[in-house]
Amino acid sequence: MENILTINNLTKKFGYLTAVKDLSFTIQKGNVYGILGPNGSGKSTTLGIVLNVVNKTNGDFHWFDGNINTHEALKKVGAIIERPNFYPYMTAEQNLKLVCKIKGVSTDKIDEKLEVVGLLDRKNSKFRTYSLGMKQRLAIASALLNDPEILILDEPTNGLDPQGIHQIRQIIKDIAASGTTILLASHLLDEVEKVCSHVVVLRKGEKLYSGRVDEMISSHGFFELKTDKQDELIELLEAHHLFGKLKTEGDLVTAFLNEPMSASDFNKLMFDKGIVLSHLVKRKESLEEQFLQLTDNLN
Amino acid sequence: MTSTSISNSYTINQNMIRLIQLELQKLWLNRTSKILIFISFILPFTVLVLSSIKINFFGFFTLELGELGIFNFPIIWHITTFFASYFKFFFAIVVVSMIGNEYSNKTLKQNLIDGLSKKEFILSKFYTIVFFSLAATLLIGIATFCIGMYYSSYTEASIVFREVEFLLAYFVKLVGFFSLCLFFGMLLKRSAFALAFLFVLYIVEWLVFWGAYEIFDSADKAFQVKNYMPLESMYKLIDQPIQRIVMTKFPDKAELGYDYAVHFSEIAIVLGWTGLFIFLSYRLLKKRDL
Repeated sequence: MENILTINNLTKKFGYLTAVKDLSFTIQKGNVYGILGPNGSGKSTTLGIVLNVVNKTNGDFHWFDGNINTHEALKKVGAIIERPNFYPYMTAEQNLKLVCKIKGVSTDKIDEKLEVVGLLDRKNSKFRTYSLGMKQRLAIASALLNDPEILILDEPTNGLDPQGIHQIRQIIKDIAASGTTILLASHLLDEVEKVCSHVVVLRKGEKLYSGRVDEMISSHGFFELKTDKQDELIELLEAHHLFGKLKTEGDLVTAFLNEPMSASDFNKLMFDKGIVLSHLVKRKESLEEQFLQLTDNLN
Repeated sequence: MTSTSISNSYTINQNMIRLIQLELQKLWLNRTSKILIFISFILPFTVLVLSSIKINFFGFFTLELGELGIFNFPIIWHITTFFASYFKFFFAIVVVSMIGNEYSNKTLKQNLIDGLSKKEFILSKFYTIVFFSLAATLLIGIATFCIGMYYSSYTEASIVFREVEFLLAYFVKLVGFFSLCLFFGMLLKRSAFALAFLFVLYIVEWLVFWGAYEIFDSADKAFQVKNYMPLESMYKLIDQPIQRIVMTKFPDKAELGYDYAVHFSEIAIVLGWTGLFIFLSYRLLKKRDL
């Protein structure tokens, strides 16, 4: 696989505070990556370093095969950080022309990209007249101007209203579907879960996990159960080698699997033992549950 | 070998034009900058033209500055460049705000993310400064030449182009002063603070003068020290011409004599400061986390 970004032992200190600690990971072409972490976990700092706006303290990183300068590499990258930053007195089109000039690409694609984010009819309005959602969409259009090898998005839906969030997500999904590599930093887990195939989990500047989303926790899922004979059920489950942790909330029993088992096999087993279930659901942990589990384990 | 060096210089020129175009777009589409640039070019020009025409004060008397002999070659080069340089403050506001705005709009950050290097960012500002200084020098040069040709009693080329080095001094003075503004803009990130700092520097230079006076116990020595300071060295490039005008009226008063010529050493000091300010601006940006 072709590497797009390689980070080795990257460290950033702000005075006594270590914002990023000995971080290493690799971004490969064609995947959609999420960087997950609570606020202040070092997501934006890491992106700032690879985007040439924050100076690293230690370690190194390189773009693509490592043979070009960071600022040359960034011409092949599209990135949006925190807030959309444009010249308020210029129109959308003028702002995008300036970006084209910086990136050294032709201005032919401005209309096409404005169309993608649904701003073509407002291209001659000044940037300062835009709503936050429109500003964010313009930022995406700007990041797409050079048909980037990788699109980097830092909290792209932060502060948007539900419609705005939905629009941005749809755009990201469309871009991901077209095969563009994406790196999405977010603290909103369902956002990452919906679009990412790989994830890097950060906490206080340290990497907790990097790899495929579905392998984040080696879990075989769990059953949610309800029955009239709750005590018998718990007794039985506790004795059974396939089940690990048990959780009881009211009349709902949650049993975590140690080994794979299908819901129908389980139902059959229960029936044989004389327990009739009124409720049976087999689930895997959502990213949110996995994430909380992962971050809690280290507290 | 030759072909690569040619293509190298070609790409360097291309890049220079790209960087100037970038900055010009940023300035030209901003109404405030546009007005200030206009003023900084049109105002000295207008003053120059107005002062060269005959003004009739309601029939009481006519004022014609040309009759004072100030539009004679070669003194006209000295006079126009000296007075025109006061209008540099308008463009100085443009320079500090072109840095201040990049910080307040956070577009500096976005420019870097889009693939501009920190060096290119500083260079685009510096090239623009040089570009405007050059344009201002050319304009003043042409205007001075035309007015001089009209009024001057002497029109021989050897006299007309004597002391044309005042134009060079004017150009160096503008580039130096705007580079200082650029540095203050980078240092303080806010236009208003940067302009206030110019005034602080002016006071600091007088404090240096006072300190030097305490040490050497001689005003001449103290002035020699102050001549190395940024603002004073820029001011010294073109000495005040008033005394020289008076001198032409009273040629026998020897005590009026002073050294008003443009000296290579003066230009070298200002160029040294310019280089230092641009380098420090770059260093500052390089070290800073945005």
